[in-house]
Amino acid sequence: MFGYVVRRLMSSVLVILLASFAVFAIFYLGPSSPAQPVCEGSGRACTPERLANIEKSMGLDKPVLEAYGTYMKGVVVGRDVVIGAAEYDCGAPCFGVSYGTRAQVTDELKERIVPTILIAIGGSLVFLTVGVGIGIAAAARRGTIGDRVMVSGSLLVSSVPYYLLCLLAWLYLTLKTDIFPTTGYFPLSDGDPFKTFTGLLLPCLVLGVASSPVYARYSRGQMVDTLGDDFIRTAKAKGLRGRTVLFKHALRAAIVPIVTIFGLDFGTLLAGTIFTEKIFDVQGIGVWGLDAIRPPQDLPILTVTVLIGAVFIVVSNLIVDLVYGVLDPRVRLG
Amino acid sequence: MSETNPHPTEAKPGQAAAASSAGEPYLVVDDLTVRFPTADGLVQAVSNLSYSVELGKTLGIVGESGSGKSVSSMAVLGLHDERSAQISGSIRVDGKDIVGLSDAHMRQMRGNTVAMIFQDALAALHPFYRVGAQLTEAYRIHHPSASKKEARRRAVEMLDRVGIPEPQSRVDDFPHQFSGGMRQRVMIAMGLINDPSLLIADEPTTALDVTVQAQILDLLQDLQREFNSAIIMITHDLGVIAEMADDVLVMYSGRAVEYGPCKEILTHPEMPYTWGLLSSVPDVSSDINARMIPIPGTPPSLLHPPTGCAFEARCNHSDKVGGDLCATTLPDMRPGGRGQTHLKRCHLPDPDAIFLSEVLPQIAPDLAASASNQSSEES
Repeated sequence: MFGYVVRRLMSSVLVILLASFAVFAIFYLGPSSPAQPVCEGSGRACTPERLANIEKSMGLDKPVLEAYGTYMKGVVVGRDVVIGAAEYDCGAPCFGVSYGTRAQVTDELKERIVPTILIAIGGSLVFLTVGVGIGIAAAARRGTIGDRVMVSGSLLVSSVPYYLLCLLAWLYLTLKTDIFPTTGYFPLSDGDPFKTFTGLLLPCLVLGVASSPVYARYSRGQMVDTLGDDFIRTAKAKGLRGRTVLFKHALRAAIVPIVTIFGLDFGTLLAGTIFTEKIFDVQGIGVWGLDAIRPPQDLPILTVTVLIGAVFIVVSNLIVDLVYGVLDPRVRLG
Repeated sequence: MSETNPHPTEAKPGQAAAASSAGEPYLVVDDLTVRFPTADGLVQAVSNLSYSVELGKTLGIVGESGSGKSVSSMAVLGLHDERSAQISGSIRVDGKDIVGLSDAHMRQMRGNTVAMIFQDALAALHPFYRVGAQLTEAYRIHHPSASKKEARRRAVEMLDRVGIPEPQSRVDDFPHQFSGGMRQRVMIAMGLINDPSLLIADEPTTALDVTVQAQILDLLQDLQREFNSAIIMITHDLGVIAEMADDVLVMYSGRAVEYGPCKEILTHPEMPYTWGLLSSVPDVSSDINARMIPIPGTPPSLLHPPTGCAFEARCNHSDKVGGDLCATTLPDMRPGGRGQTHLKRCHLPDPDAIFLSEVLPQIAPDLAASASNQSSEES
């Protein structure tokens, strides 16, 4: 088990390094120089000479591998970041300085990651309870009208485009009525956790409801399969109540693949919930990355959002595998 | 099609007590019919089945896949979903008719006075719970006052009794950590943990190799002697029947086709399907050139069973019956020429003579020779 974890951790680090290098390389070798926005944003005319100077000051004239090395070294021990004529002291972990705002990327990351994590957790709580709950209920009533209503209802919800669902919710529940009057992100540092909670309630609900159909259908399928298993017949033959058979025996077996899917989904959510953040005006990771990719591109921000996304996905994969070993005693990790 | 419910709505407690009679065998299945409505039509899984088992006795039920062996036995435990199965007739356990009984009443019986052990214990045990947890769960559901400690002691005791070495530590293992034979013992321990009066064993030795199979059968017999329980042994292995059963019920296409004492059925079968079963048993002691004779064809669809004898299409003796009786008329279960306890569902006149003269010489020439000598000496 221990050896397995160490090996998995090492391969995870490798994946993260490769992913971040890929992003780095794409922008380095891309058609427009990362220094272009800095050059244009300085107010003076951007001549080829100035551009070359800025590139040189930023180290963009060096080979991509060397620049990547400098960047990663900064992540570990910190470095001095030079943009044009300005020099910034960037402490570890240093992810650079934004070309646009000249703010330390690490500081903004710390702020931006909070609402994204909150939305991911809140949305997950909603779709796990609603989606999996509907799945279990539908499987237990398989073939009845209730089952059909739940299945077609979730199909209906899942056929509404997500951005439309977000917009409708925002329009009707925040703007036109006072059901969720204070939607948006109010940082915890404001000292009003209740306001933070109510502000994110609608985004979480919408995200959760939109993801529920997938979980409803998936967990219904898993439960229907499991309910046909021999050990369910054994459980009934013992004289157990229907509820015990359903939850203690069937759900216990069906939950394993659901947890697997959830782990991967959760990693993706943490990497950024772009639509949700954009429409409900939440300054999270997703919107940050989205804004950074629009001209003038902000390479340090783009790199960190991709890097953080890769970290979350790799880590959640790792956790899924470890949890799998705990949930299913037949899986020997070694 | 009318949606009439064949079940009596709810058995009243007084009624059940009144039905109990001292002289009746522990389990009496009377005119049991099980049907499953499907999109393709009504599957007639079991039709007009009657049999009984006494305490301390073993009934063997044989027949090929889809003959209704398991479906009828699961009905005894009330394991069919009432939404998907139509059940009529009566199943009296200890004098009490359980057909149409509420789930709450059935649960008191399931795993307690009537228990079932299934084939393929790897699939039939929950993969994620330790066997100890599964055994104690079975015990505590019917002994609510028992503490966890008592239940665990009982689980260890049962594992010990079914011959699992070091039960004290194995009780904490998961099913996949046992060998096939040991796992089947766990299954048996779970079935017997509440000292059931009736044990239904659904092909308990099917997936096991022959030596383990013999051990499991010995174990069941020992336990039966100890607890005086009735056993229903569902199998398609006539060897198991010969070793275990007091009575034999041969099923074909959802119906009983032959029913009687084990020795009678095995030595003087009167129904061509039973002959076919006997002919398809490989025999290591016989001439190595002797052939195993398969029954040609396949069983009829349970959706559209034939109006006559269900075996008629595969039977090569139907020409001995006058006219097209076999194809048009379903024979009744009735005694043949060998006493009232041996019932068969067949139109053939004097089947015993046909068996001795035509079938036995093919499958066991030595036996046939000695039998004919015997009969000539007798005459």
